[in-house]
Amino acid sequence: MEKAKVAFFDFASCEGDQLQVINLEEDLLKVVEAVEIVSFREAMKGHSDDYDIAFVEGSVTRRSDEARLKEIRKNAKVLVALGACATLGGVNLLKNFQEAENVRKFVYGDKAFQYETYPARPLKAVVPVDIDIHGCPINRHEFVMVFKSLLLGKKPEIPNYPVCVECKMAESICVFEMGMTCLGPVTRAGCGACCVTEGSYCWGCRGLVDNPNADSQREVLAKYGLGLRDILNKFRLYSGFSEVAQ
Amino acid sequence: MNAKAERIIQVHHVTRVEGHGNIEVKIKDGRVEECQWQVVEAPRFFEAMLRGRKWYEAAHLTSRICGICSIGHTICSLKATEAAMGIAVSEQTAQVRKLLLHAENLQSHLLHLGYLVLPDLLEKPSVIPLAQTHGEQVLLVIGLHRLANEMSDRLGGRTTHPQRPVVGGFARWPTTEEMETLSQKLESARTDVMALADFLGSLIEKFPRFARETEYIALTHPAEYALYEGHIGSTDDGQWPVEQYKGIVNEYLVPHSTAKFTRHKRAAYMVGALARLNLNYDKLSPGAKEIAGKLGLKPINSNPFMNNAAQLVEVVHCFEDSLRLLRDLHARGLKDERPAVSVKAGRGTGAVEVPRGILFHEYEYNKDGEIVWANCVIPTNQNHGNIQMDLEAFVDQIKERPTEQVELMAEMLVRAYDPCISCSTH
Ligand code: SF4
Ligand code: SF4
Ligand code: SF4
Repeated sequence: MEKAKVAFFDFASCEGDQLQVINLEEDLLKVVEAVEIVSFREAMKGHSDDYDIAFVEGSVTRRSDEARLKEIRKNAKVLVALGACATLGGVNLLKNFQEAENVRKFVYGDKAFQYETYPARPLKAVVPVDIDIHGCPINRHEFVMVFKSLLLGKKPEIPNYPVCVECKMAESICVFEMGMTCLGPVTRAGCGACCVTEGSYCWGCRGLVDNPNADSQREVLAKYGLGLRDILNKFRLYSGFSEVAQ
Repeated sequence: MNAKAERIIQVHHVTRVEGHGNIEVKIKDGRVEECQWQVVEAPRFFEAMLRGRKWYEAAHLTSRICGICSIGHTICSLKATEAAMGIAVSEQTAQVRKLLLHAENLQSHLLHLGYLVLPDLLEKPSVIPLAQTHGEQVLLVIGLHRLANEMSDRLGGRTTHPQRPVVGGFARWPTTEEMETLSQKLESARTDVMALADFLGSLIEKFPRFARETEYIALTHPAEYALYEGHIGSTDDGQWPVEQYKGIVNEYLVPHSTAKFTRHKRAAYMVGALARLNLNYDKLSPGAKEIAGKLGLKPINSNPFMNNAAQLVEVVHCFEDSLRLLRDLHARGLKDERPAVSVKAGRGTGAVEVPRGILFHEYEYNKDGEIVWANCVIPTNQNHGNIQMDLEAFVDQIKERPTEQVELMAEMLVRAYDPCISCSTH
């Protein structure tokens, strides 16, 4: 059987998700064995437009980038969004909530006009996306799981229940008990609630579950003393593109 | 080769670097008519996005400026917030942060040397074919890279975008067992580190001979090889407290780049491993000095390709110094300290050395602990001007060579800086 051809691309991002692929270490050699990697600018010279699976990291933040993404969509049989910037717009979306000219001027001063930008958006706002690998950054085990499913021609199973479920399995103490707030109740699981186990709380990087009862989450947050603006800001950190934060 | 012909070299985009950058060269009648380093990465506007964010969100957000140096951004951000609110951290916090910076330096340098630069030295397009031809060495690189990442996991919570470091200290400390396991693993990796250093060292001759005098800027500290703290130092002269960074960096814009450039007294300066080594050579660990000696690397070296060699020296340094720090922490016993923060208005600057050089974050907070103003100056921004000037001088030196070679060598020059381009268009 001919090996599947795989390519990696990125738009506005920190490249932290492609880094997780490199961080597969010895397993990366197996990945490389199983497929033919035809484009991966961060790791190799050379490029081909002939590929089956495209992994795309980052958000679209310039109109001029749309053509490149559409080209990738045209070439790829399967397009996978890699990480929160690609699946949700991620932290890049925070600028959408400020006045656009003011954002450009704050960073580039009187030369702001030279720097093209438009409201940041996830890939799916520009082209159809087949599969989302969530997270900021992605979880490398989940990447391998999705990767294997794709090679077998199956649709990968991404959890559609909240982080709280995994948090309880990890036997962490709920941070609400300690007077903190957490987006775990409405955020899609799959990370093992790793931020809670590491001493923090869920920031919502994997996006909302499909039918979040977001209103009840707002009530919960308010009960613990957060104002509406704080709540909106919390949702906005990763899920600004969804309705909840509007 | 017809010397009269016009030769155009366009590298869109330079590969095996982080982010999107182009090289454009035009050689006509044996003269270099055009030579430009262009950054075309999409800007992300982090400084604007920080406005309105709370004190406990700043590090979480700015970590996302860069996947490779997320630990450095996190720590620099925490230091800026702590400086703004007058928060002092414990010795234990400082030590674990230093360990985290070592872990990141190791991870980043090994990735750069082993995956991105090594293919140049062995004339291959990527590390993938090397798995066949140099299997043993590739596994050595992978093994040490994995260990460095494990170190970040165990100390920071996650390899990239760590959750444990917070304003005032750590949200969770590693356990004594975790620290011991880490010490043991590092200890038993010693021979591997030295084997890798010897192997990479043996290829050093393959780097082009080239030198151009410039200014080197890095943190400097009287007692240690400065990575976590110190004053801003320059090989030209002078030392400045980090709060005065604006007078050093003098950011400016150029039309062909979405990233800002910087300059100090000269037209450009360089930051990164070579700058640190040029300034702080005396403070390197014993093994690191030994490797530097073998590589013939001593201050002041003005061959930018030797930034690769300096990274190798730092791999040994970070490795040895991590063992020292772990021993020290073990001897004193880890205490379960809780960070104490009292929020107040103020302005503060943080500076740390990250793999690619000196990094600054400066924030102004209102009394509610919300950021009202922010500025981040990234190492690669500080190198863009020097890359441009090196490129001009270097292309002129090699202009008689066949076009493909000029292209390859120009790319190698850019790669030697290990630029983090997406970082520089934060
Ligand atoms: S999702 Fe997170 S890790 Fe991935 S590119 Fe965006 S900021 Fe980086
Ligand atoms: S800490 Fe967060 S994720 Fe865990 S149970 Fe509580 S709300 Fe859910
Ligand atoms: S706990 Fe929340 S913020 Fe952390 S990785 Fe999981 S989804 Fe993302």
